[in-house]
Parts: sequence; structure tokens; C-alpha cells
Amino acid sequence: MPTEFAFPDSAAKAAAGEFETEKMSLSMGPSHPSTHGVLRVQLELDGEVVTKADPVIGYLHRGDEKIAENMTYNQFVPYTDRLDYLAPLANNMAYAIAVEKLAKLEVPPRCQAIRVLSAEMARISAHLLGLGAFGIDVGAWTVFLYSFTEREKLYKLFEELTGARFTTSYTRIGGVARDVPEGWLERVGAFCDQFLPILEEILNLLTRNKIFQDRTVGIGVISKEDAIAYGLTGPNLRGSGVPLDLRKDHPYSGYEQYDFDIPVGATGDCYDRYLVRGEEMRQSVRIIRQVIAKFPEGKWYAEDAKRIFGPPKAKIMTSMEELIQNFMLVTEGPQMPAGEVYFEAENPKGALGFYVVSKGGGVPWRLKIRAPSFCNLSILPKVCVGAMVSDIVSILGSLDFVMGECDR
Amino acid sequence: MPATADATAALKLRFPQVTDRASLDHPAVNVPPADLIALLDHLRTDGGFDLLTDVTAIDWAEGVSPRFTVVYHLFSTARHDYLRVAAACADNLAPTMPTATGLWPAADWHEREAFDMFGIKFDGHPDLRRILMWDEYPHFPLRKEFPLAGIETPLPDLEIAAETGASLKPAPMMGGPFVASPGEMNLTEAEPRAKDESWTERREKPEA
Repeated sequence: MPTEFAFPDSAAKAAAGEFETEKMSLSMGPSHPSTHGVLRVQLELDGEVVTKADPVIGYLHRGDEKIAENMTYNQFVPYTDRLDYLAPLANNMAYAIAVEKLAKLEVPPRCQAIRVLSAEMARISAHLLGLGAFGIDVGAWTVFLYSFTEREKLYKLFEELTGARFTTSYTRIGGVARDVPEGWLERVGAFCDQFLPILEEILNLLTRNKIFQDRTVGIGVISKEDAIAYGLTGPNLRGSGVPLDLRKDHPYSGYEQYDFDIPVGATGDCYDRYLVRGEEMRQSVRIIRQVIAKFPEGKWYAEDAKRIFGPPKAKIMTSMEELIQNFMLVTEGPQMPAGEVYFEAENPKGALGFYVVSKGGGVPWRLKIRAPSFCNLSILPKVCVGAMVSDIVSILGSLDFVMGECDR
Repeated sequence: MPATADATAALKLRFPQVTDRASLDHPAVNVPPADLIALLDHLRTDGGFDLLTDVTAIDWAEGVSPRFTVVYHLFSTARHDYLRVAAACADNLAPTMPTATGLWPAADWHEREAFDMFGIKFDGHPDLRRILMWDEYPHFPLRKEFPLAGIETPLPDLEIAAETGASLKPAPMMGGPFVASPGEMNLTEAEPRAKDESWTERREKPEA
């Protein structure tokens, strides 16, 4: 255990005044390959053992919450892509459901199914990147090559569905932008069929890999109690053995009709968090297959959502009423009732929450984004102490954060 | 204690100062800052709300009293329900709130963020520093009087600032975003604010 690591000789020598020891200060990041973006961890080292870790965040702060207060509800959708930019479809959905709660909108089953489908695909894509990057961090390059090949296939499917590979902006408040393209569901099904064996191959590269285990087993242990006290969510919380998954515990968008298991870790170390993510991808495939099997017919937007998102372009050009409505939506925004709502969705990184305070009108008075990466990183000062410098790389890789979301 | 109206009713029996808060979804209560920590402690130990998911603040704009409200969202990992607790800061000019870091370490970063963005001082917080902005930053960006474009501010590194004469300039809005202002401002008033194209990143803003 790294926490019991000590230098008996040097301590004794230092006490005897044979040589002086002093702590070293090391700034890891903000441009460091293992800090996945622009996180800086200010470390205080005793030899190679970390005695203090202070994460410095904010390098990617764009003021999304301020921006949200200055634009209409519809205009903010593209900004949600840029929170956890590895799973924009899941962010779009969380934001849309939060505002729909405010507007008291019920979306039809087909829309819910499309959202679940796209969110689970986003989860696979995000976990694949997390796995690939984690692999590189601890010296396993191969995983990255395999997982990025699979992500590319997912991006092709995203492109077909949304028109964009990366920043999708697919969900609308009260629906989705368009129905699924013809033959797309079959192609998603075909992706799942070929993905499962490849996933096994990818996981086999790491799970029984001695080097990978040496770098992760027993490293960065987070106890159940600490995980809850620090507000961890998502795979990091489940890796510590807390079976909390909002898709099951607080179902939204029709998740209650699908059958899936929640994997949990036993010890809460980096290895457990890796295992949880691996299993979650298998479960996501299970959900995707169920969604495709009973894909509902009907509309992909709520009938009364017309007061929120714009009428079809052809109608705007030909019909007076639609033209006026479009003008009002663009200039004043969709009119919302006054009130407060808070909604959290189970995103790949954890619970992404939106707290919307409305005074009525087309612009939120306050929109708070509860970013899972922000909360997950707040445990760093606790979990890094006693670890070696090289363990920090494993811990950061296993926490799988996105700074775009953390800094907002 | 199920998260229904009974839940807040039971709370009000124990804490008579607690009042219902209007909410469209989860049960919500208002509490005076003096009783906040006792209430949160009770909710955490006896109420089963063991996960503090979010702490944030709302600025109700200058001239409104109380101006700042701090909002806590609690979640129960056993029952899977939410509770919203709100406390209004007594002082509008120097808002303060007791810290919840003693109950949940999770409150640490959330309170630092609320301090950073709104300037709310959390009494007893062990390390109340800015978190998203740099330490020397003089403004509180999420306060309503702070303009969307930003305010001209010296560079954090004073040495570089002195050498280069550079500073952080407000963002040229270049015609966007096209917004309807929050509140009751009409469109004619709202529009020019975002439509000021008389200056760009390369061309200085003309003196008014």
C-alpha cells in the first residue's frame, strides 16, 4: 500500500543531521499528457511520495452559466455539447429533460427511445475514449488504437443521425431535431454485433495484463464513505461499491422499461473503476438492442412543443402564422412558466445536473450546471496523498474527467 | 421519511423556522442561515440525505432584498429522492453563509465556486479561494451587474502586464449573441447591447 511507504533510512539520517531533506513542489499540468486537457495539479513531494495535492482548475472556464442567462433556452443547446464533449448527445438530453420539466412537456415514446439510444451510444463512445486514454497513460498504447477504431464507427453513425460527428446539438426541447434515418437502426444493430467481440478483445488487453494490474490494483483507493461524502457519481462512485445509477434509481426517458445490470467495484481502486467502465459498455449494448427491438412508432417531438421550437422551414416561407411564430421564438425565446427545477441524468462521467431558475419568459434567470467531473475531481487532494508520482497518472486516468465540463 | 409533502411537514415540526419553498419538482424548503447547518446535519444523519449533489447561489439582482440565495441539493442514496434547501443571505452588500464543509467535504469546491462567482463568503470554510477565476481577479462574474462581455482587467501576472501593457479586454460581441434580455426589458432596448459592431478585436472601442 502506498500510504505505508516510508523512508526509514533517510528519516533516521535526517534526524541525525547527516543530510537535509526538504519537500519539493511540482506543478503537473496544465499541459501534461495525463491531465487530459488543462488540469493542473500542484504537488508537494517528499522524494517521490506525494504529501499534498492541490488541483488548480479553471483553465477552460468559459462562463457557460453567464452565457445561458443571456440567451434563450433553445440557443443554449449547442453550448451543452461543449460540456462533456465526449458525450454531447447525453448532455443534450439532460438539458432538454430539465427544461421540459420546467415547461411540463411530455415527449412521445419514440422520442424517448431515440434519446436513450443516442445516450447509450454516447456512453460507449465516451468510455472507449476513457479506456484508450487510460491505457496510454499507463503505457498500453494498443488499447487506444482498437478503441478509437470503434469510436470512429460510432461517429459515422452519429453523423448519419445528427449531421455532425462531434458537437451534435441533436436534442431539442420537446423532441429531437429529426427522426432516425432509414436503415439506421439496422446499422446500429450491426455495429453492436461486431462491437461485442472487439470489446472483449480490448478488455483482454488490459484485464489480465500484469503491467496494467501493477499500475492500478490497490492504487487510488476510494472508500464507499469517502465517495459519497465527496459527492462522487457515475462509474467512480460505482467503482467504490455504491450501486447508484440514476437510470435505475430515478428513471427518466423510459429507462425503466429496459433490463440492465449495474456493475459495482469491490475495493474502489483504479482497477475497479476500469472494470466498471468495461462492464458498462456491455450493458449499454444490451440497452441499445432492447431499444431497437421495441422501437416505438409515432412522432419524435411532443405535439405541444411547437410553442418551443421553430416550425418547419418550408412553412415559415409560405404561411404567415408560422412566420410570426418563428419570429417570436427567435427573438424572445420560448415562453416558460416561472419556477425552479433540478434534473440530473446519468451521463458517462456521472450525474450531470441542470438547475433552472425561471422568472418566466424566454431566458433562464439562472442556470446552474452540476458537472460530474467537477465533483469527481474534488476528491483528488484526498486520494493523491501517499501515492507515488507515477500513481497520479493512474488515478487521473481512472477518474476519467473532462475539463470542458469541469470548468464550464 | 419519504420525500413528499409529509417530509417537509415533519421537518417543520422539528425546525419551526423552516418554511416551504415553491418548486416545480422536488420538495423544497427555505431556512434562515442561522439554522442552516443544524438542518443540514439533521437531514444528513437522520434524514438519510447522505449525498450533497450541488451547492449554488442565485443573484436576484441589485435592489432586491434579500439579494443572494444559496441553494443546496441533497440526494438520498438509499431512497433515491432529492431535497432542495435554500437559505437567503442576510446582508446584500457582503453576503455570508455558514459553511457545510464540516458535514460534507463535497461542499468545499461548490462553496469555493459560489464565492468565486457571487462573492458569497462562507464562514468557517477552511480554504476559501477562487476556483475557476484566478486569485487576483477583482470581480464576481455571475452577479447580475457584471456584463456578459466582461470588464477590462489587468493580467494576473503583473510583471508581464507592466512589460507588455496588455490587459484583459471585454469580448467584442460582433453582432451576437442575439438575445432577449432576462426580465421585462423590451426588444428595442435589448437589441443594441448585442448589436454594437462599432469595434472589434483589432479596432478599439470608440469613446462614448
